[in-house]
Amino acid sequence: MKNGLRKKDLVLIAVILCVAGLTVLIHRFVGGVGANMVTVKIEGAIEGTYSLSEDREIEINGGTNRLQIRNGEASMVQADCPDQLCVHQKPVSLNHESIICLPNKVVVEVESCVNREYDAVTN
Amino acid sequence: MKSRVAYFGVFTALALIFSYVETLIPIHFGIPGMKLGLANLVIVIALYKMKVREAFLLSVVRVLLSGFLFGNYFSIIYSLAGALLSLSVMAMLKRTDGFSVMGVSIAGGVCHNIGQLIVAMAVVETFSVIYYVPVLLVAGLVTGLLIGTGAEEMLKRLKNLKI
Repeated sequence: MKNGLRKKDLVLIAVILCVAGLTVLIHRFVGGVGANMVTVKIEGAIEGTYSLSEDREIEINGGTNRLQIRNGEASMVQADCPDQLCVHQKPVSLNHESIICLPNKVVVEVESCVNREYDAVTN
Repeated sequence: MKSRVAYFGVFTALALIFSYVETLIPIHFGIPGMKLGLANLVIVIALYKMKVREAFLLSVVRVLLSGFLFGNYFSIIYSLAGALLSLSVMAMLKRTDGFSVMGVSIAGGVCHNIGQLIVAMAVVETFSVIYYVPVLLVAGLVTGLLIGTGAEEMLKRLKNLKI
């Protein structure tokens, strides 16, 4: 068996890095500015929308999760699931960033106000 | 040849122990679900030493057992999706000439993450998890490279092991 990375390995690594870079770029263009709301969804259904500029704590899903909004950032401060992945996650503030608690099927997503107005019009 | 069952048992035990060791490492990278995947070291070696069929069986047994022991219903589904996608791709790349153990392992690591992401998207019914794609790709690349390097070193030393 020949050792070390071979040519095809390097091609594979390059392709993966390119795809990763590309998705980052797409996000830069699509998301970013104007994010000032968080939407809380449970199993895909919107439970509530909150402003990021107002500091507060929100009980989600009848108390299984607790969301904290502070300094324009949203973070999960409490969850009743065993792995606590969402609690360990960094606070979110950019457009389309999200915190997800899979066991409770809770999705917290940052959105821009502009998008919401647009949704309201089309609705 | 008679010892196939015994070897399978040893590999299962090893994979399970690695899964356990991993739960002891209390590092969070700030990204949900990101971990080294030590058990995949055993799976990669099994892929090179056993039949593909057996490697698949080993992987499924490993996920189920470690899921029941250390995880929950959800972690089993995510791990299973990741493990099966990852092993399918690894088996395919292994058949293709020109990829080293590390290349195969990198593809496995990346696909493991993608498989889990697909299930996550189905469960929470949102596409916003797409946001994690770049992170997961790079994470899979790094862990795959580490696991692949380890597997290559071990395979070198296991040259005489015939299962």
